[in-house]
Amino acid sequence: MAQNTRTVPAGTPTNVTQKHTKGGIGESTLRPDGTLKVTGEFAYSSDMWHEDMLWGQTLRSTVAHAEIASIDISEALAMPGVYSVLTYDDLPAEMKNYGLEIQDTPVLANGRVRHHGEPVALVAADHPETARRAAAKIKIDYRELPVVTDEASALAEGAPLIHEGRDDHHSGHVPHPNIVHRQPIIRGNVEEARKRADVIVEGEYTFGMQDQAFLGPESGLAVPSEDGGVDLYVATQWLHSDLKQIAPVLGLPEEKVRMTLSGVGGAFGGREDISMQIHACLLALATNKPVKIVYNRFESFFGHVHRHPAKLYYEHGATKDGKLTHMKCKIVLDGGAYASASPAVVGNASSLSVGPYVIEDVDIEAIALYTNNPPCGAMRGFGAVQACFAYEAQMDKLAAKLGMDPVEFRQLNAMEMGTIMPTGQVVDSPAPVAELLRRVKSRPLPPERQWETAGEGADVRALPGGLSNTTHGEGVVRGVGYAVGIKNVGFSEGFDDYSTARVRLEVINGEPVAMVHTAMAEVGQGGVTVHAQIARTELGVTQVTIHPADTQVGSAGSTSASRQTYMTGGAVKNTCEAVREAVLEIGRRKNGSYHPAWATAELLLEGGKVVTDGGEVLADIAEILEGEDAIDLELEFRHRPTVAFDLKTGQGDGHVQYTFAAHRAVVEVDTELGLVKVVELATAQDVGKALNMLSVVGQIQGGTTQGLGVAIMEEIIVDPKTAKVRNPSFTDYLIPTILDTPTIPVDVLELADPNAPYGLRGMGEAPTLSSTPAVLAAIRQATGLELNKTPIRPEALTGTL
Amino acid sequence: MRVNFTVNGRQQEADDVWEGESLLYVLRERLGLPGSKNACEQGECGSCTVRLDGVPVCSCLVAAGQVEGRDVVTVEGLADFAKQRDEHGHGGACGTGGGCGSKGGVSLDAAKQWRAKPGDSQTGEGAPLSNIQQAFIDAGAVQCGFCTPGLLVQADALLEENSSPSDQDIREALSGNLCRCTGYEKILDAVRLAAARQSEAV
Ligand code: FES
Ligand code: FES
Repeated sequence: MAQNTRTVPAGTPTNVTQKHTKGGIGESTLRPDGTLKVTGEFAYSSDMWHEDMLWGQTLRSTVAHAEIASIDISEALAMPGVYSVLTYDDLPAEMKNYGLEIQDTPVLANGRVRHHGEPVALVAADHPETARRAAAKIKIDYRELPVVTDEASALAEGAPLIHEGRDDHHSGHVPHPNIVHRQPIIRGNVEEARKRADVIVEGEYTFGMQDQAFLGPESGLAVPSEDGGVDLYVATQWLHSDLKQIAPVLGLPEEKVRMTLSGVGGAFGGREDISMQIHACLLALATNKPVKIVYNRFESFFGHVHRHPAKLYYEHGATKDGKLTHMKCKIVLDGGAYASASPAVVGNASSLSVGPYVIEDVDIEAIALYTNNPPCGAMRGFGAVQACFAYEAQMDKLAAKLGMDPVEFRQLNAMEMGTIMPTGQVVDSPAPVAELLRRVKSRPLPPERQWETAGEGADVRALPGGLSNTTHGEGVVRGVGYAVGIKNVGFSEGFDDYSTARVRLEVINGEPVAMVHTAMAEVGQGGVTVHAQIARTELGVTQVTIHPADTQVGSAGSTSASRQTYMTGGAVKNTCEAVREAVLEIGRRKNGSYHPAWATAELLLEGGKVVTDGGEVLADIAEILEGEDAIDLELEFRHRPTVAFDLKTGQGDGHVQYTFAAHRAVVEVDTELGLVKVVELATAQDVGKALNMLSVVGQIQGGTTQGLGVAIMEEIIVDPKTAKVRNPSFTDYLIPTILDTPTIPVDVLELADPNAPYGLRGMGEAPTLSSTPAVLAAIRQATGLELNKTPIRPEALTGTL
Repeated sequence: MRVNFTVNGRQQEADDVWEGESLLYVLRERLGLPGSKNACEQGECGSCTVRLDGVPVCSCLVAAGQVEGRDVVTVEGLADFAKQRDEHGHGGACGTGGGCGSKGGVSLDAAKQWRAKPGDSQTGEGAPLSNIQQAFIDAGAVQCGFCTPGLLVQADALLEENSSPSDQDIREALSGNLCRCTGYEKILDAVRLAAARQSEAV
């Protein structure tokens, strides 16, 4: 049998012609789903189709805060083509709320709405337009209540309580029930340290509400199954977290809710919470028919949480030779009507509020409020973005006051390996903050006045205002600004964060083929690409198939917090290692006697063969597995444990890993029209180890662009009097187009983190942090204005506010 | 109402079309061509871009009734359209896009069978790709890919008009197509790459 058909006589060393298996880690292999995506055949969640399916529609509150006196569904229900109309009273289980950490979000409003756009009723009909029209026929009698919209109105005496009688695990320690969570961090003695300061700067900063604005709308298909359960095909960031929230409100055991990831059109944090999942399942179970829900863009703005808008109050001191003495800050995040990820955002904002700097004496406080504004939760950068915007403005102010170069000032105070964070945690892997700044600074500046074309006057497309042909270059000034930021990787504060991977290795048509099965949500980040690369590297095979993500395998955790390559990549690596051991076991059993190396040497799988570390081929993998059952293993991977921050002092090793990025922004500002053109946004980032450089650079450029967006154009505008959203459309909520986005040269550093798989550093979020303050700094430098608010609007530049 | 028109070179007939339905809806939900994407359905993002009698349009803004007797090319037919153009100097004839003529979007069975196979993107095997499609893959211009179909149709039309566009030309031509993932740099790379390959080929 297999062991008798060796082609290489025992004991004859051969050299491996192909040292590394092609398509392994470190190569810029291409996306395995690329062809489907460019031919239009990739099935996104809004493309799902089932014979006989119905369309679901959500009816959402038109007011921000109100009692619901009555709901009349009779007219809607009577419409031809309508199959079902559901309200709170129709919820099947005792559990009627869901939530990531605090279950405070009603599936459908229960007698009260707390924000504009809250779901109140559901309709299923045979055409989406019928469903929309039927929803519009539902009559709701709202008795409006006073709205809470900011810190003052939330904490005012007699303020309406957004969640009366709350009894979650944060309610006991917050100073007011309208505060979701509060995290102070006290270290050293700020009052003493302040005495050493030669200069002190203060600042008050406002960060606007940003939207993830992923392009693929919230959508999915729920199919009732014969066992009374439901199969759900949906775009999400974390299948198992959804499942945990969906099953109880459907009154079903988890095994009766089977979830499969369908194609995801971007996420950026906006799919961490439930949107249409439960609604589609409820309608499918009520009608016993497949139900598809697809939000339009308007509804999408109400269908997911946003980035927390924030007010940040900072004080920094420094000695005249440029050393930071102390920092005091208060960060007020507006969490909106429901908790979502607010507690964790508070933990991040406070623990990263000092930035990538050494400051021993700090007094920090971060809170998130409950208000009647739209709920806020996860978005790329997660609490660290708002803080970075403020502390980087402070660094520029301090440098200016000291008459120092802003980059040199930062470098003088930059943290490095061994620095102690304000939480007491020691930074125990490379922290090349000064070097990242040096790299962006030393890059040659783009030529001035690039819009001046030889002979033909100005190319208006390159000017502020772009295609609108607003200027020919009069009044255009240039500015350059710098910023650097620190982000944590993975879930922090003692969360039991793990990921699972199943790997199967078998011989198909004489070739070893690996199959990788995880529940990781591929949201565009390229996880499927690196999983195949990892499997090739660890198993030495070329053929790798990525199984669709579903709940038939253990949880992979969320595709967020820059954690997926670290965590699920780590799980794939570990499982592959175990599979490799199993291959070698069989090899030893079958072939061990032919060559002593089987027993002694360090053996590897490369190029489809078992080789010694000296490069000697012992056997073909296919030959070893011939006649054997497939090797099929499922293992979990955990990062090192973290602890919760102390509730009074904020001390504790709360984070797994830190990651760093720096930016230099070059802008041109039309000071007469108040228009900004970002000319270049150079980036440097340490990624530990680039498993796929093409993807890494793509992530950095994408993250940088989202930071640029919030600097100059992106904001959900909520009316401060009514708490209603004013701009839920791509006409009024602007994201950068290709004309707004500059060239983004990327400089990647690879300083390995000894604790991480392959030494990698989660990298998807860091570039979103520093790009905003770099653009702001450049605009300040160009205009001499103070500018403490994002986004910068033309009025702020022309003084016509 | 009934609408008769040509999609990717094939005669199509859509029945029971409600007068408010967009071309995008008819393509996606009635003809089984979900390649054109529904990111905003308000003419702002360009994800739904198709060619209508050769002109790139946002199909979400075109009423289905307006396409009676006209000719539409979607991303599903792009490879074939480009091939015809190369061979005969113009587009036309049916694309090979999946599900021509079947009702509805991607069937659940088809979606369930999805596997990211290693071969696909390395070799382009299984699907003949147009120059611009291959360039998007090679340049890493695809992340989530939701913007990709619209960008491909638009970029292909640009290169048909202007075989060696400047960066500003590319930016201008693609300024109606939003992408939230990539930061556009790699999309520029892809169009530059396609233009270079195109000029090499002639
Ligand atoms: S979907 Fe048509 S332009 Fe956005
Ligand atoms: S929107 Fe995701 S790749 Fe362009």
